[in-house]
Amino acid sequence: MADKQGQALTPSKPAPWNDPAVRSIVFQVLAILALGYFFYVIFQNTLANMEKSGISTGFGFLGEPSGFGILMSMVDYTEASSYGRTFLVGLLNTVLVAALGIVLATFLGFAIGVARLSPNWLLAKIATVYVETLRNIPLLLQMFFWYFAVLAALPSPRQSMDWGGAFFLNNRGFYFPRPVFEDGSSIVGIAFVIAVVAVVMLAKWAHKRQESTGEQFHTVYVSIGILLGLPLLAYLISGMPISLEYAALKGFNFQGGMRVIPELMALLWALSFYTAAFIAEIVRAGILAVSHGQSEAAHALGLRQAPTLRLVVIPQALRIIIPPLTSQYLNLTKNSSLATAIGYPDLVAVFMGTTLNQTGQAVEIVGMTMGVYLTISLIISAFMNWYNKRKALVER
Amino acid sequence: MRKSVKFLSALAAVAVVSTAASAGTLDEVKKRGVLHCGVSTGLPGFSNPDDKNNWSGIDADTCRAVAAAVLGDASKIKFTPLTAKERWTALQSSEVDMLSRNSTWTHTRDTSLGVNFTGVNYYDGQGFMVSKSIGVKSAKELDGVSVCLQAGTTTELNLADYFREHGMKYSPITFDTSDQTIKGFEANRCDMLTSDQSQLYSLRTKLPDPNTAMVLPEIISKEPLGPVVSQGDDQWFNIVKWVLNAQINAEELGITSKNVDKMKSSKNPSVGRVLGTVGDAGAKLGLSADWAYNAIKQVGNYGEMFERNVGLNTPLKIARGVNALWNKGGIMYAPPIR
Repeated sequence: MADKQGQALTPSKPAPWNDPAVRSIVFQVLAILALGYFFYVIFQNTLANMEKSGISTGFGFLGEPSGFGILMSMVDYTEASSYGRTFLVGLLNTVLVAALGIVLATFLGFAIGVARLSPNWLLAKIATVYVETLRNIPLLLQMFFWYFAVLAALPSPRQSMDWGGAFFLNNRGFYFPRPVFEDGSSIVGIAFVIAVVAVVMLAKWAHKRQESTGEQFHTVYVSIGILLGLPLLAYLISGMPISLEYAALKGFNFQGGMRVIPELMALLWALSFYTAAFIAEIVRAGILAVSHGQSEAAHALGLRQAPTLRLVVIPQALRIIIPPLTSQYLNLTKNSSLATAIGYPDLVAVFMGTTLNQTGQAVEIVGMTMGVYLTISLIISAFMNWYNKRKALVER
Repeated sequence: MRKSVKFLSALAAVAVVSTAASAGTLDEVKKRGVLHCGVSTGLPGFSNPDDKNNWSGIDADTCRAVAAAVLGDASKIKFTPLTAKERWTALQSSEVDMLSRNSTWTHTRDTSLGVNFTGVNYYDGQGFMVSKSIGVKSAKELDGVSVCLQAGTTTELNLADYFREHGMKYSPITFDTSDQTIKGFEANRCDMLTSDQSQLYSLRTKLPDPNTAMVLPEIISKEPLGPVVSQGDDQWFNIVKWVLNAQINAEELGITSKNVDKMKSSKNPSVGRVLGTVGDAGAKLGLSADWAYNAIKQVGNYGEMFERNVGLNTPLKIARGVNALWNKGGIMYAPPIR
């Protein structure tokens, strides 16, 4: 009986064209082929059309000299550099503002998110007002505000705000002394690296000791001491090989020293203040999602408010926070392309703006620019996914 | 499965659309009944909208003359404001039939963008505007200056060349539109604004107090500005080229929008050839015989366009200078219609 039933339940194998598994594979392969053909046709069509209307194509332009100046560059750049170099300059400027923005927005967002849940009425209300104001005003307007409103309030170079002849603030930027590294300054660098290694080892040792004996160690103060003290000691022993170059007013503007241009400041503030409002809400949601019983249990064990938050609530909240946080990081990076509106020389302004106009090779340049944003976004995504996996609940 | 069939047919439809060829621009414009003209995003004297979206300026009028010649009515026109960055793509993709957007005729643009410059409707040159408060009298004293300028223009290259040639340093602050450059200048972000000199006068009128800024005497480049069409349509290229030439010839022959009807009976055969009473100039362009008559009647000759938009009686107060006719001390010269 049992055997018969078993046989009856196993259907005879259908013909391939009637087999749902085979059919679904065939249709998927067809769909992919059609899609591939579609893009192939678009590509060929574009090339043919561009050739027909006499538009230059190819990537040869990347080697040609650019012939225009760029306001801010982290690598050597002159008017004689190639278009490939302008690409690099723009790329680095974009990465710089995105990286700084992500760090700033994260700290600010966490602080405000926690503040909004604070039992302190004033602090909570200020955080609420911040979030509701900042996230409801379009980002571009905020950029214009920080740029034009703040710029107009700053003095001209000749009436700069001056702090001890070393730091200057005016409407051309914030100037500060530049360290000049002379012979023998590498000792200071090596000392700093040793200090970092020492601090890491110290932290591991202190953690282990606390786990086995329960005794706490003042890791933070000692670390600061090592990080500052060791390089300072090396600096004094090696005969002070690092000097400072001060900015000084020469002609219309300050020369020498280092400078943060107002475009970067405005862009950075706008991006991080705006994104911080969203991150604050994500953090608040994450914390509220952790059961109140967890805090009560921690309090019952004798933990005070701060360690409860740091050791019990935040680690659990992070699991909820990280995925939406990733989206905010991606948003911030992509929003940085609005820089072109206020004259910050990011990738879109320098490469998709000026370079595109000088060469007219829209397809190549827009393609490269899209590729860059896609790559940066995928890298952020991959990193955050890895971090998320590390923080995810490990079920035993 | 129904889904995938739908998907495939959608793909096929897109593929067919993307391979469809475009007909001649003249036929297309006639069929549409409206000329699409690419202009600037707002530059007084050249192409500038008022609060009712009526465009005025010498560039806008250059387009109007083409609309009058092709469609018989200068008002059958749609203006598309374009930033310096967008203009070439808009023209290449046929979003506009012609570009009349204070664009400089250069070798690179003419040879690698797939476009053709049809002529020159304004001879310009790049200049500098500085705030009077910095006390500079000549461009040679500008070492270390901060400069506001517009992205995607020949200005960026000329500026770099000039400062390199004179061994001076500068830092460029590049904005998207000319409006933003004047805002940056007003906010004192830069000491100097650079652009074509005509634009400097025009932008200066946007300052709260135009007298706080002055235009330096130096001109550092040649900027012949003119209308542009896409490559590959010679008939359309000829039309746009010869409408402007007809307007310049009209000024030379003394034909104006006011006397054009009287001039139709002129005994001068040159006048007759322009106005279509002698010869078949219109037919050779694929237009009606009264093509130039319409353009002159409705828009005016070149001199009228100039005086109305940028001349001495406008806020810009620009003298004819090099833009005067060749026989009146300038270099404005059009080949004859014959």
